[in-house]
Amino acid sequence: MARLLDVLRCELGLTGTKEGCGEGECGACSVLLNGELINSCLVPVAQADGAEIETVEGLGCDERLHAVQRAFLECGGAQCGMCTPGMLVATTHLLRKNPQPDLEAIREGLNGNLCRCTGYIRIFESVEKAARLSSEERG
Amino acid sequence: MCGRAQYIDDMSLPRMLHGATVRSSVPRGRIVGIEFGPGIPWDEFVIVTATDIPGENEIALINHDWPCLAKDFINHPEEPIVLLAHADRHLLPKAVAAVRVQYEELPAVFTIEESERAETVVWGEDNVFKRFLLEKGDVDAAWAQADLIIEGEYRTGAQEHLYIENNGAIAQFTSAQGLTVWGSLQCPFYVHKSLVKLTGLPEEKVRIVQMETGGAFGGKEDYPSMIGAHAALLAMKAGRPVKIVYDRAEDMAATTKRHPSRTRHRTAVTRDGKLVGAEIEITLDGGAYSTLSSTVLSRATIHAGGPYYWPNIRVQAKAVATNCPPHGAFRGFGAPQSLFAIERHMDHIAESLGMAPEEVRRRNFLRPGLTTTTGQEIREALDLEKLTERALAESDYYAKRRQFARGNAESEMKKKGIGLATFLHGSGFTGSGERYLNSLVAMDITPEGKARVLVSSTEFGQGTNTILCQIAAEALGVDYEAVEMGPPDTSVVPNSGPTVASRTSMVVGKLVQSAAYGLKQTLLASELLAEEYTTEEFVTAARSYVAGHGALRAESRYNAPPGVFWDDDAYRGEAYAAYAWAVYVAEVTVDLTTCGVTVDDFVAVQEVGRVLNPVLAMGQIEGGVAQGIGWVLYENVVWRRGRMANNQMTNYIIPTSQDIPPIRVFFEEKPFGHGAYGAKGIGELPMDGPAPAILNAVAHATGKQFDAVPLLAEEMYRRMVVHEAEPEAPAL
Repeated sequence: MARLLDVLRCELGLTGTKEGCGEGECGACSVLLNGELINSCLVPVAQADGAEIETVEGLGCDERLHAVQRAFLECGGAQCGMCTPGMLVATTHLLRKNPQPDLEAIREGLNGNLCRCTGYIRIFESVEKAARLSSEERG
Repeated sequence: MCGRAQYIDDMSLPRMLHGATVRSSVPRGRIVGIEFGPGIPWDEFVIVTATDIPGENEIALINHDWPCLAKDFINHPEEPIVLLAHADRHLLPKAVAAVRVQYEELPAVFTIEESERAETVVWGEDNVFKRFLLEKGDVDAAWAQADLIIEGEYRTGAQEHLYIENNGAIAQFTSAQGLTVWGSLQCPFYVHKSLVKLTGLPEEKVRIVQMETGGAFGGKEDYPSMIGAHAALLAMKAGRPVKIVYDRAEDMAATTKRHPSRTRHRTAVTRDGKLVGAEIEITLDGGAYSTLSSTVLSRATIHAGGPYYWPNIRVQAKAVATNCPPHGAFRGFGAPQSLFAIERHMDHIAESLGMAPEEVRRRNFLRPGLTTTTGQEIREALDLEKLTERALAESDYYAKRRQFARGNAESEMKKKGIGLATFLHGSGFTGSGERYLNSLVAMDITPEGKARVLVSSTEFGQGTNTILCQIAAEALGVDYEAVEMGPPDTSVVPNSGPTVASRTSMVVGKLVQSAAYGLKQTLLASELLAEEYTTEEFVTAARSYVAGHGALRAESRYNAPPGVFWDDDAYRGEAYAAYAWAVYVAEVTVDLTTCGVTVDDFVAVQEVGRVLNPVLAMGQIEGGVAQGIGWVLYENVVWRRGRMANNQMTNYIIPTSQDIPPIRVFFEEKPFGHGAYGAKGIGELPMDGPAPAILNAVAHATGKQFDAVPLLAEEMYRRMVVHEAEPEAPAL
């Protein structure tokens, strides 16, 4: 059966979600399924029947960037960009559960998303900034 | 940020087929038959073998030994033999499995030592791809001046790049338009050169376009010529576009890795810690074909003496063949291997002398007026003592050394340590490389009046586009928004050389700077632009010029900085136009319950000329340090008869967000006169320091010497829990 990842990428043309390893290790294919962070390479599409799926394309675009996207741009949280969609989705998930995460919570929240470029430091800063921006937006 | 960036696997063309590769299952042998097994509709497949290659069956690099497809002989596992294409990508794995290649197996070699013995010769006459001999002073006389002679042997393992995006390419061919290859790649003109040779097409009929590239680190320097060639051969035979994108298992098993190494040091020192002579022997495992090994070896050789003054030194280096896939470029390019050896060795020397590690380094640092191992005089205002002081202060080194000594005596299961590494990294191509490259950069003006940078230097996450636009904007005196990058397409941009060797900011950036001056001068001379202008006035003037004259373009070609000359025959001279310098300090905890090592704090102090963009520069250092931590503590390529056995992310472990310490990055800025706005190379430097700094810290924590990368828990257990002796260093 087709994987959720293939349906998103090939049938729906939502190529923002990436394939890095195909075995649930790298998190490049992270999406939210009914609000839960999952690796879409490990989910047969039947399991997503009736579910609400959120991908990077749903976060925001161009003039209406999501706070998480703006924070990653400003802090240098993206280098090659291949882990970025999954990282943005995982960050969104983390901030919904924990709007003011400390560094340990950020490290834990992103430990299923591998990045080979940044050494994570700038990603941690991005998440902290996203938390600040989101809290300002909420007022 | 919105998921719209187009990577190769996000691209699709009408009528496109998918391609796959049938690879060898033996390390060495003669192909005696290829059988297309039952159950597969073979008539629906496009099938390519070596006999379909119109030009030369070769991936063009330095030598001519790397075949695009194996024809009669196999020299490593996972060597490509047959290519298949079909519209249904799900059918391809079954088809690949159904192709049975019969071999007559031949004896193979798998280690440096087996290769050196040359009982089985698998390459050339003696298994040696390349040798270098670097000599300065009179080493043979130096031993007599020594109070102590210290020997050591240091080893490093292979490392997988593990860019998050696997290798991939799409090719399209029509006789009218020729061949176009889109790919995830670093060096468009490398692929171009290779495909011209492979296809026999004229240069202008081969076009290479770089797509967004999801990480590279050297791993997309040579291999894209291979996968691009495969897609091209299938597309030419099919008459339809063909996409090949590897999955992770194929990418890890078949593509290049960092060269494993063995380095032996024999050093003459005086009792007061002066280095008086060294004999260094470096051996790199190059894998089955020579690919880039000679240049990797050259960088390893030149960096072997570290940032120290050696009155007498001899470095003998060789790269040897083994029957595993060819090793290739990986961030650092030979320097991490030889710098690991010298920096561990300096700690051994310090211990033998009963001297502090930082002190023995201080007494031997290169300074202005002294010469490097290649006889290059230090003409910049180098101050390694100051860099060291800063790194030691930022890491609270002295206090921690005392504190850990006390704490470790009281703690049985957790030992803490702090260690340092001091090192250098040459910017740009080694030796006469930049002269041979003869890079060309252009800038032009778009119809909208924006200045456009035309280079073959590519973006793969390190910030090429931002930096080059920033340099152009500064040179033109306009806002960043008035500058854009031309497409990374060989039919549009000139050859500014490959995107490697920490050369983009310093070398290519300098050319962008002068091309930008060229544009500006033309506009000033045309009197469309006054001496003083705003960005809007520049854009208006540029637009008017293009409207009136049809085009505005300026070019700039590489010229070596004055006094920079490398003698290829003597293997001496100015090895690099500039060096970046650094002092890294690592603080670790060794847990004797788990036998794991954690890095608790990491201080990285460096001098890389002027920092053009602090956020990008910090990102380069942090990312490089993380890869260095991976190399030394986690990343273990398990070889079985020349094949990587753990070719999955599940069991090849790279650092996660929970494995990385605070990485504290500091820059001492000393503008370099011949780099763009004072820049020197930066990208590779941070790969060099972490491994020795961390193992020096582990030695401090445990009192035991660990001289091999990676240091895994198994080795820690063997040495610290069951107390096996450390291996004795064999004499040279």
